[in-house]
Amino acid sequence: MKTTVTTRDAGEVKIIELHGKITIGAGDLQMREAIHAALAGGAKKLVVDMKDVSTIDSSGVGELVGCYTTATHKGAKLKLMALPPKISDVLTVTQLITVFDVYTDEKDALASFG
Amino acid sequence: MTDFSPGPIVLWLASRYENLELAEAVLLHVCRQRGLAGENEHWIGVALREALANAIKHGNRGNPDKRVYLSIGGEGDELKIVVGDEGDGFEPDAIADPLAPENQLKTSGRGIFYMKTFMDDITFSRGETGGTVLTMRKNLKAESSTKGARSA
Repeated sequence: MKTTVTTRDAGEVKIIELHGKITIGAGDLQMREAIHAALAGGAKKLVVDMKDVSTIDSSGVGELVGCYTTATHKGAKLKLMALPPKISDVLTVTQLITVFDVYTDEKDALASFG
Repeated sequence: MTDFSPGPIVLWLASRYENLELAEAVLLHVCRQRGLAGENEHWIGVALREALANAIKHGNRGNPDKRVYLSIGGEGDELKIVVGDEGDGFEPDAIADPLAPENQLKTSGRGIFYMKTFMDDITFSRGETGGTVLTMRKNLKAESSTKGARSA
């Protein structure tokens, strides 16, 4: 599956949709570029939609952590939604699942911003 | 079919991340030959990608003229994967614990942890002509490679 990253608006929330592999040399940099572009555009509320992510590796996880830190430093909130079980497992074993705000679906993710 | 052991498949790969796809495809072929599919296949694939990415990035420093050795074999219920690089070697004990609170938000340093989590055993050694040789083993009859992640 080819990796694609798309960004759309849901009100004042930017939804970053990831499709395919978020791995070294593939989707890791695409994801970072999309999130950084949203932050550079002034977005303060971001949700990364991971429902179509097939695989993530340590590089993808590292980029996700880096984006989370960058967003926080800019006063923005970056949250995750719709984690497939295998992606949730990868974040769980490194205990990062407790770092991110994770939501089941878009409705819950959007509601969490209040 | 877990007793099907055709001998190791050996590949020499240029240090390019695109080659991870080729290596994973070969791994999946071997896994299916040996009757393994589903979750374990996925996690072994993740470990292989981490091993190769380490060899390319940290071992060979991304130099496409340096190659990565890959052997996929093992006998009986055991899958054995060997990855070697042409770099200067490294000290695995020097890798910081990614679970330590001070390392939790670091952007790197989780690859070896994932390999250890998803495989039964991993060892590092020096190659005969330098570089690092990583050997990973997995019992193909084991039920889960995530070691209870979902119940954590």
